[in-house]
Amino acid sequence: MAQLDVKQKLAILADAAKYDASCASSGTSKRDSRDGKGLGSTEGMGICHAYAPDGRCISLLKILLTNSCIFDCHYCINRKSSNVQRARFTAAEVVNLTLSFYRRNYIEGLFLSSGIISSPDYTMEQIVEVARSLREDHHFRGYIHLKTIPDADPELVHQAGLYADRVSINVELPTSSGLKRLAPEKDEARIEGAMRGVTASIADLSDAKAKYKSAPRFAPAGQSTQMIVGADAATDGDIVGKASQLYDRFNLRRVYYSAFSPIPDASAVLPLQRPPLMREHRLYQSDWLMRFYEFKPHEVVAATDAATGMLPLDIDPKLAWALKFREHFPVDVNRAPRETLLRVPGLGVKAVKNILASRRWRRLRLDDVARLTVSIAKIRPFIVTDDWRPVSLTDRAELKPLVAPKKQQLELFAA
Amino acid sequence: MRVVTLPLSDDFDAWRDAARGLVTDGVPPDEVVWQVGDVPGDLFAAAGGDASAPRHDPTTPALKVSRAFIDLARSVVLHSDPERFALLYTALYRLRREPKLVEDQADPLVRRLDGLAKHVRRDIHKMRAFLRFREVDDGGTPRFVAWWEPDHHIVRANAAFFVNRFASMRWSILTPEISLFWDGAALSQGPGAARGDAPEGDPIEDVWKTYYASIFNPARVKVGAMLKEMPRKYWKNMPETALVPELLATAQARESGMIEQARTSIGGNAQAAWEALREEAMSCTRCHLYKHATQTVFGEGPVGASMMFVGEQPGDQEDLAGHPFVGPAGQVFNRALAEAGITRAETYVTNAVKHFKFEPRGKRRIHAKPDAGEITACRWWIEQEQMLLRPKVTVALGATAARSLFGKAMTIGRERGRALTLPGEGGGTAWITVHPSYLLRLPDEAAKAAEYAKFVEDLKAAHALVG
Repeated sequence: MAQLDVKQKLAILADAAKYDASCASSGTSKRDSRDGKGLGSTEGMGICHAYAPDGRCISLLKILLTNSCIFDCHYCINRKSSNVQRARFTAAEVVNLTLSFYRRNYIEGLFLSSGIISSPDYTMEQIVEVARSLREDHHFRGYIHLKTIPDADPELVHQAGLYADRVSINVELPTSSGLKRLAPEKDEARIEGAMRGVTASIADLSDAKAKYKSAPRFAPAGQSTQMIVGADAATDGDIVGKASQLYDRFNLRRVYYSAFSPIPDASAVLPLQRPPLMREHRLYQSDWLMRFYEFKPHEVVAATDAATGMLPLDIDPKLAWALKFREHFPVDVNRAPRETLLRVPGLGVKAVKNILASRRWRRLRLDDVARLTVSIAKIRPFIVTDDWRPVSLTDRAELKPLVAPKKQQLELFAA
Repeated sequence: MRVVTLPLSDDFDAWRDAARGLVTDGVPPDEVVWQVGDVPGDLFAAAGGDASAPRHDPTTPALKVSRAFIDLARSVVLHSDPERFALLYTALYRLRREPKLVEDQADPLVRRLDGLAKHVRRDIHKMRAFLRFREVDDGGTPRFVAWWEPDHHIVRANAAFFVNRFASMRWSILTPEISLFWDGAALSQGPGAARGDAPEGDPIEDVWKTYYASIFNPARVKVGAMLKEMPRKYWKNMPETALVPELLATAQARESGMIEQARTSIGGNAQAAWEALREEAMSCTRCHLYKHATQTVFGEGPVGASMMFVGEQPGDQEDLAGHPFVGPAGQVFNRALAEAGITRAETYVTNAVKHFKFEPRGKRRIHAKPDAGEITACRWWIEQEQMLLRPKVTVALGATAARSLFGKAMTIGRERGRALTLPGEGGGTAWITVHPSYLLRLPDEAAKAAEYAKFVEDLKAAHALVG
């Protein structure tokens, strides 16, 4: 086989990495390179340097070190039995690519993952070496996200955390029976064991940091994970339950969902039909409800259809919850506490904050609320203001058509 | 009327000094005209009056304003709206009587200022995101040069970000109003530049475009989401966006290609795939029926079968045995199959709902019809079975099976007796007939015999479709 140049390798190894949903570069410690020695900075808030036509943000150089793999996970384009072309970067090639992209302001940093070659330990060593070289040889101060391998030596995973801003281990599938079917070599207990190890390291070193300023930082942007939606039999209710469990047990920053999408040279075990992309979107919205809107997991589950366990696709989960639990509405915007205002469909976290601030200085009328929000028409049936009371609206059985988004014409090629 | 002339478009300090003097003098907002440089802000403003020498009234206490207002004003000053200084002064003037004005987010003026600040923040953010450096040789050492056209007067305010990030490089940012130069130690300013002053290209851009094209997933095109965050006005400075039209044009073909390829690749491991699927189904909890049933009754038969039969749900005996169609209805079904000349062992037999639904009545468990929700919940399994087997003909036995296969209620009387096309990826031909248990329930023997004969005819006709 002819030698591949860096550009050809990049085409293969970026293509192989695109099924990882995360591209976040936020939430890490603040750094800069004013000392003139290194390169890069982090601001806390990540930056999306471009958007691909799939609507996803490009913040990091997201690549695999190699797409060769000794595992045979059916959903994965890089599995052993797949016929894709294989390639492998050297550590130096990844370092150079990262630095030359970073200097041109294309990226915030690197998200490095890898297929498993020879052994989990060997692969993890290679990943750690890239991060070490960036940090120590080149004083790179940008963002680094490393995907760690559950079966690797915990000491190697620990080193990864010392160089990286974020580490992640994918739980892959929401149900253990799904994992068994689609990723026969992976094991739920080992994956969760590794996640627990990372959680413990983060906690230990942030304790140490509180006492000793010189203590090293361990993954200051925390730990995240990803699961594939639509490849196993899990319902939205199952997924929301699993995600909230993961947040609680491992203190995760984020759980990413990746709607299973067709891959070249797919295995027959995989469903051919992709789930609607809207399903992934609704799951992210429910994730938001739990993280920012003080919804409990069981309340999100209550918004799912009782028989099928699925969230509605035509309306968002917050509206679905409100339509189902009509007795909580209308809410008086001049008196209701924050957690009650957050339940009103169409009122975001910021709008609620603004309502709370302004009502200390005035009684709110419908016009005032309109100025603080995007669409008053959607909110009106759920609130009471000094000059507005939706007496007939909240009780109307046909409320949904009034507040649900208008049906769009179907895409010609929609899934 | 007083005219205040500020030296620079983004000069917060000059505005603050002037505004402080005016407000101390109690000058109402409608008596002040603000302008920058020698650009007249208001053509009809009467000349005269000099804000740089305000007449301080020593009895007026100095106005103290909140940190929140200062932060807001710092952002708003950078906006390109010529009214910004006047709006800020109006707010400042009102702060004398309403010290907490900024907190009242429902106030129209506060909303307006907040909106301006938001534009400015977005402009600052987009410059950090979408500015692209190109490397040039500058007397033996590399220099990185970028061209940028901001909407607002944000360039100087944004300089610190680029210094913090790229302190070890030498770089220049050229914009129409102003240019910034960093030599590795100090920042200097120059006059505005033209697009032509910036370099044309950089060999690394080709590598970057390769990355952009490869990280795009053609199976999930969302143009609206891309345009919302990266409007076209930014594209001219971003080399990778040149690829967008072609990526979109070929996306549909690439996705169909992947699905087609996957379809043809089903071969040797279909049996293993089916076994794995069956095992996963054993622990299914997609609806509540698993709670009372004995076990999941999955489909049975060779994965290479060209005929697939779909019943309603396992009955009492099937639930105990773990196999489909082994009870009384199964016996009718077997007999009819044989008469139609079909070997059951060569077909795949399954149910629309995989758990037994019943109502306990004494010691007996009486069959209960699955509802639409349960059928929908269980459809996932039927779809997997269909896609694995890809049978030429699928026979729906009864209304529940038909509903499951077509995703909507089907009237047996109307749809029976002709070949139908199945919806979805599984595709293939379908034939709808009655459920064998219907034959058991008919009280009249003559009607029973007639219906049975009709059922056998249906099976024959469906079998003929296999070819």
